[in-house]
Amino acid sequence: MSYRYTIQHHTYTFDSLTTLLAKASPFRSGDALAGLAAADYKERVAAQLALADVPLKNFLHEVVIPYEADEVTRLIIDSHNAAAFAPIAHFTTGQFRDWLLSDAADTVTLQQLAPGLTPEMAAAVSKLMRNQDLISVARKCEVVTAFRNTLGLKGRLSVRLQPNHPTDDPKGIAASIVDGLLYGSGDAVIGINPATDSPGHVLTLLHMLDAIIQRFTIPTQSCVLCHVTTSLQLVQQKAPLDLVFQSVGGTEKTNKSFGVNLALLQEAHEAALSLQRGTLGNNVMYFETGQGSSLSANAHGGVDQQTCEARAYAVARKFSPLLVNTVVGFIGPEYLFDGKQIIRAALEDHFCGKLLGLPMGVDVCYTNHAEADQDDMDNLLTLLGVAGCNYIMGIPGADDIMLNYQSTSFHDALYIRKALGLRPAPEFEQWLMTQGIMNKEGALISVGDRHALLQLLEGQ
Amino acid sequence: MDIQKTIVQSDPWSELKTFTAARIALGRTGTAEPLQSLLAFRLAHANARDAVYAVLDQPVLLQELQSLQLAAFTFTTQAASRSEYLQYPDKGRRLHATAITQLHEFNSTGYDVCVVLADGLSATAINRHAMPVLKLLLPLFQSARLSVAPVCIVQEGRVAIGDECGHLLKAKLVVVLIGERPGLSSPDSLGAYLTYRPAPGLTDESRNCISNIRPEGLQYQAAAEKIFFLINESLRLQLSGVGLKDNGGLSIGY
Repeated sequence: MSYRYTIQHHTYTFDSLTTLLAKASPFRSGDALAGLAAADYKERVAAQLALADVPLKNFLHEVVIPYEADEVTRLIIDSHNAAAFAPIAHFTTGQFRDWLLSDAADTVTLQQLAPGLTPEMAAAVSKLMRNQDLISVARKCEVVTAFRNTLGLKGRLSVRLQPNHPTDDPKGIAASIVDGLLYGSGDAVIGINPATDSPGHVLTLLHMLDAIIQRFTIPTQSCVLCHVTTSLQLVQQKAPLDLVFQSVGGTEKTNKSFGVNLALLQEAHEAALSLQRGTLGNNVMYFETGQGSSLSANAHGGVDQQTCEARAYAVARKFSPLLVNTVVGFIGPEYLFDGKQIIRAALEDHFCGKLLGLPMGVDVCYTNHAEADQDDMDNLLTLLGVAGCNYIMGIPGADDIMLNYQSTSFHDALYIRKALGLRPAPEFEQWLMTQGIMNKEGALISVGDRHALLQLLEGQ
Repeated sequence: MDIQKTIVQSDPWSELKTFTAARIALGRTGTAEPLQSLLAFRLAHANARDAVYAVLDQPVLLQELQSLQLAAFTFTTQAASRSEYLQYPDKGRRLHATAITQLHEFNSTGYDVCVVLADGLSATAINRHAMPVLKLLLPLFQSARLSVAPVCIVQEGRVAIGDECGHLLKAKLVVVLIGERPGLSSPDSLGAYLTYRPAPGLTDESRNCISNIRPEGLQYQAAAEKIFFLINESLRLQLSGVGLKDNGGLSIGY
């Protein structure tokens, strides 16, 4: 159906809900590249005014990508929980925004609501919200997951230790791991992006990570971020694999471009569960997403990039992941041009993911051809800390020497924890204190050159 | 300096730096990175940013090509500015109308090889490394009796710009030397992309790529030899891309 809004005798017409969502989206280069963005500022606000009047129920009847053509749409519609949706079923999108910001929408209410929300509802309401709205509501959400520690508790901020190396040299990786652990990072996961995806190669890295975690009894989990099919093969070989990783997108075609579908993810989920390696919980999946991936794969189907991104969260949600993060600034300036667009997108992604019940982290990052720098990352990091982000990345000096982009550093994690009084995951925090790395006040202790972790590379 | 030493807390694991180029053992002041490493990072980023916005040094390039007795064209693309180039990648893949007219008027009778120098994401890479590589390649072309088309120097160009240049010059094969996306430690990395029977509309799977050409990475001589090896194989097998095996550990381009 079409939607209209009249401003000063000029009637703006939007031929479908898909168009309305796209035109209502705050400006970003990717939507302009796809030819989906509003023509000017006024058309954008007209679309937001029209969107505010759209009943939430419409999103269950008018889908953005046809049900028959897309398994992600089928997943969204078929898994919708009508009972959870019932308390807000009478709202328009605009009323939903006002309600989310009211005191009536508290932590428990939002947790109960999550299965009743579709990604399109979350995306739609986010388009009406200012940055502070996205922060306020996300801050009320709490999504807790567990494997060998407990992640996502309020007042906690975890860090993925990302010790990448251009040739996957085990000593080079170990050096970065030691550096990160001694800076209090690594509670979300110790996660390596491998330079190559071959199973034998990944297996070597898995054994190495497993040995470090066991030797120092670190209450954390490891992951080598290889393709899901590689993980599946390794599970069959009984590899010491904690988490299955996969990049996912919000359309069936996007996932096809990643070489995955829902059945394959289901198979991998079951395989990882069968290893029973978690001690505190059974969240065994790790997903990465990012606005622009569908357009990049020419698989967006006329849907704006933020709505596509929210739909990726439906895919992630099906498999009860331990970790989900948007790699927000990695994709480049043709999708998110500058610091302003990256910051906005990150807050949207974090909000939508949390609202849908996902343990959202954010890779606060940019490439060298984007109009952004470390100051923009400081701003975003601080905003996400206030918003209650589950975890960020920790990379030595914020410089990933394998993937050639800039993210957040171990120092950045220390900054945000100190500035906002945030602490690591409880089990990991205890370990840091036992190891003499952090004191009860959360301050880093200067370790001596005889610290046990420093013996890891001794004699090498 | 003494005051600096007492304020900044150093990390007693700096010897681990021998294992990785990652920025480890930076030390700290409070929770913050010490100023020295912060400024080192900022300088690396400045180099990368300046490379993205650098422009081709056309007078110098033209002069050097002339000294090699190579004719040359200077072209622009449909991207009118760097900002447009960054936001609309397709515009950097098509030649400006003036360039197309020029190439039609040139009315090529056909060549074996066409070389394109495109700024890509780092004109600095072209300004520094394109001529040294080309100077090594030319004698190899001559020894193999390959005819070489006028060199196309393209501002605001992406890899696929070579398809249109090569096609209009009726070249059997195009080699695009292009500035790669700058990393913090590599603001001037040069890439070489090779396409057999170039024509607009070809995609990445029909190309071969040699990456990271610079003195600190793949050195000029080795790069020229790899490019020449692939050119010979491509002309012999009449193909490029996934079907053309590199034998030298080369990866397929993106």
